[in-house]
Amino acid sequence: MLININHRQYEAQPGQTILDIARANGIEIPTLCHHPALSIAGACRMCVVECDNRLVASCTTPARDGMEILTDSKRVIGGRKTILDLILSDHPLDCMTCEANGDCKVQDLAYQYDLRESSFGSKRESRFSIRADNPFLEVDPDKCILCGRCVRVDHEIQCSYAIDFVHRGFDSIVGTPFEEGLDGDNSTCVFCGQCVEMCPTGALTYKPSKGKGRDYEFQKIVTTCPYCGVGCQLELHVKDNKVIKVGSVYQVGSPNPVGETCVKGRFGYGYVNHEDRLTTPLIKRNGQFEEVSWDEALDYVAQKLIQIKEIYGSKAIAGFSSAKCTNEENYVMQKFIRAVVGTNSVDHCARLCHASTVAGLARAFGSGAMTNSIGEVEESDVIFVIGSNPTENHPVIGSKIKRALKKGAKLIVADPREIELTGLADVAIYQQPGTDVALVNGLMHVIIQEGLYDQTFVEERTVNFELLESIVAGYNPEKVSAITRVPAKDIIRAARLFASANKGSIYYAMGITQHKTGTDNVLSLANLAMLTGNLGRESTGVNPLRGQNNVQGACDLGALPNVYPGYQAVNLPENKAKFEKAWGTQLSDDIGLTVVEILNAAGKDIKGLYIMGENPVLSDPDQNHVIAALESLDLLVVQDIFLTETAQYADVVLPAASFAEKNGTFTNTERRIQRVRKAIDAPGQSRYDWEIICDLAQRMDYAMSYDSAAEIMEEIAELTPIYGGIHFDRLEGTGLQWPCSSREHQGTKFLHQGQFTHGKGKFHTVSYIPPAEEPDSEYSYLLMTGRMLYHFHTGTMSRRSPAIDQYEPDAYVEINLADAKRLGIEDGERVRVTSRRGEVETYARVGERVQEGQLFMPFHYAESPANRLTNPVLDVIAKIPELKVSAVKLEKVNM
Amino acid sequence: MAVAISASQRKFERVNEIIQKHNGKKSALIAILQEIQEEYRYLPEEILTYVATAMDLSPATVFGVATFYAQFSLEPKGKYIIKVCDGTACHVRGSGPLYKSIRKKVGLQDGKFTTEDMNFTVETVSCLGACGLAPVVTINEKVYGQMTPEGIEIIIEKLMGKEDNQ
Repeated sequence: MLININHRQYEAQPGQTILDIARANGIEIPTLCHHPALSIAGACRMCVVECDNRLVASCTTPARDGMEILTDSKRVIGGRKTILDLILSDHPLDCMTCEANGDCKVQDLAYQYDLRESSFGSKRESRFSIRADNPFLEVDPDKCILCGRCVRVDHEIQCSYAIDFVHRGFDSIVGTPFEEGLDGDNSTCVFCGQCVEMCPTGALTYKPSKGKGRDYEFQKIVTTCPYCGVGCQLELHVKDNKVIKVGSVYQVGSPNPVGETCVKGRFGYGYVNHEDRLTTPLIKRNGQFEEVSWDEALDYVAQKLIQIKEIYGSKAIAGFSSAKCTNEENYVMQKFIRAVVGTNSVDHCARLCHASTVAGLARAFGSGAMTNSIGEVEESDVIFVIGSNPTENHPVIGSKIKRALKKGAKLIVADPREIELTGLADVAIYQQPGTDVALVNGLMHVIIQEGLYDQTFVEERTVNFELLESIVAGYNPEKVSAITRVPAKDIIRAARLFASANKGSIYYAMGITQHKTGTDNVLSLANLAMLTGNLGRESTGVNPLRGQNNVQGACDLGALPNVYPGYQAVNLPENKAKFEKAWGTQLSDDIGLTVVEILNAAGKDIKGLYIMGENPVLSDPDQNHVIAALESLDLLVVQDIFLTETAQYADVVLPAASFAEKNGTFTNTERRIQRVRKAIDAPGQSRYDWEIICDLAQRMDYAMSYDSAAEIMEEIAELTPIYGGIHFDRLEGTGLQWPCSSREHQGTKFLHQGQFTHGKGKFHTVSYIPPAEEPDSEYSYLLMTGRMLYHFHTGTMSRRSPAIDQYEPDAYVEINLADAKRLGIEDGERVRVTSRRGEVETYARVGERVQEGQLFMPFHYAESPANRLTNPVLDVIAKIPELKVSAVKLEKVNM
Repeated sequence: MAVAISASQRKFERVNEIIQKHNGKKSALIAILQEIQEEYRYLPEEILTYVATAMDLSPATVFGVATFYAQFSLEPKGKYIIKVCDGTACHVRGSGPLYKSIRKKVGLQDGKFTTEDMNFTVETVSCLGACGLAPVVTINEKVYGQMTPEGIEIIIEKLMGKEDNQ
């Protein structure tokens, strides 16, 4: 159909509004309450146009054939002026000191329509008070124009329902329950800051950046978030070489297309410009760190490494690469360890999180990564979340799951704890920690028994179904109920519900992987997905949610002891030959050691350890053992942005650049390679990780030098088939998802369409094996460890971001109400948690999040390190430690 | 989502009954709040949070609805709720002096609407729709037409007496 706007004809599609058509054709219509990502409110009326001689709101009026529209007639201008005049009559005229000056739509429109003051009289006195009880956001209701964009983004995108309109008429404000504020007892606010991004005025502003710059003073750089594996695109607002705040990026096709991020992405940037940043290389002499020049530091490291190599051989040296660093840096690091040092003992913290995923999914499907894409969850009809707490650990995915539920999807949640999603689940399962294999076998037992499995998929796309059938036959609901303590009826309900899905998707994380049976757990989930035919199609799949910003990339680029970049096995002669040719040196075909194995061998077979951007003293199991291991080394080099708990034990510390200070790429959990862009200069003498390693290689007589991260990626593309089509010039916008084999390849949204990477999907027979350590009479509680919303991993970054650490400053252990009562422990009291490996004091958080007999501790806190307690027993295949199950004692600390 | 039932269930038994009567339907929130207010004479905070949890609504939404309608009170109200109509007809026939004399009679300080003994709440309403009887006062469900300050004082005195004898 055709409509006329300002006497010109334009093409219009059914369902489009007048505003849509005008904007699509570059015709400016001002709006206040409208945002393309939100539902239409029609609240502000600024978008009035003249339509067939009537004034209508263009945002709510659908186009009709032959409509005559005027967008800037005298009547229209008059109407808009009146509306603005009314808004201004209740809006303070304090632009000079307003935080939003320069970034305020009301100000812009007043300027455009030449309204200096309201003709109805201006607002001289405030009617409300400013609320700023939390460290993140400030709310000034006097500046609020009640457009409702904040309420809509909260309800429709973030799905936290923390704010709503309260009171009526002239007294209306956007408020919180009982006016307790965003941090009140009844508040569900998670401080994602999306409301601030949506606010067209200064009613909602960020506290940490208050008074630190005007919008027009900032340089804005789009980059990838340095926290979790979602890979949110963020806009860093930079002034005077400092990151002042983080804005949203609205880009279709991104993992966060409508500007989503969480409190860490939004407020966790303080560490970048923190005074604790390392600025010069350090060498420890007589127990004290001394500042030295780069030459001195690198000469020293090179000479020591050469010495160790000469005396003990290449195998006495190992490297920890980093899931925080870029793809290019991981590539350079593993190349250094393999080509320069001459060993395959390079690993990184994926060993502690998703090693079992990489091993398990590669066995089942031929490819060890998330099968589908993040955005697809919104179209799933049954979502099975097991051992994952998305609303805290992958909050943007958590919100997407909630959006799927709003559209009618069903949810099954299996988690020993009462997580937020448990409350929204259609079937909530609280399995005993470490009994996942039994649970999933039980689900499959019901599905096979009741004939609910996808026979066609099983026949056409898989092998070994008979083996699976025979093993799960032994897992009837009653037996599984006895192991997992899940009522048999819930097992049956969950099985039937998942089997009923047309598009069923499985989401999991550390609750599955961090077990002695981690690989088995992953294989079980792969079995379940194949059995129900939920693979190779959109909105289905087995979806491991990866914890670190670039843990996927670090694995992809070969920071693993058994594979070169692109999962090319080091012990296959053709791979070795290929890389020997490319790197111009002899390589080893012996599979190297993993993270925990390296620490176990420290002081014995391993004499030198080079750690780039990892903090094993806090992240690895059994802290006392880790510290003893580090102390027993002849040489420990730590390359980091802070003097971390691990760096304290180093002989040489090398200062590196943070994510905001360098170019490169991160690969997110959905295999998407996205750009990291330099926003500021690195402090002091700190340098890019890859530059440091290249310089070191030169000193060890290996020619390795690059001009840029882009150049490194060219080398990666040449040697890594799954990254074959990745070039920096192709990564503007939304990046590319591997496998991407050539320049022409558009990337892969979901895996295993038509066939699996290795042909047919393989069912594996997996039997239940209990955790290594179970509660007994002495150590009678079962301790789980994990993350929480506000902090990240070892806290190096989030705890140096002042707003976040002010909000969640203290370590804690979650204790069930009944246990606390029995032990006489009150909420907030000091308690001691002791395992066979050590003891930790922390604060009690009493409630019903954990079941009786179970405890949960976040591992972010150096002062109460949860990993002093954890059990380093390993999964046989993936060598991942059983961080999720330790037996501990709990007692009150008498002050 | 299942209706959350916890240890506090007994305390909120009556609220549960009301919610269940409406099948927990979100669209019945206003009716549910009305019935709860009838029961408790106002909407206590803990009840509102309970309603939110039980009905799978956010506390912010429930609070928003409760504060939007003038009929809902988040403060405890008196046993006798005296409403003085201040619509146009009542206003011109002297609702102003009437309101003042009632406040004085029950002994309300500035800014208060409910007496400390929780016996009386005095408020104005925009129009009771009985303009022919102006000025109109209602006490709970009972309507008093063509009221005068003297007349209403006698009625209030009777109620006060009744309370004192109890």
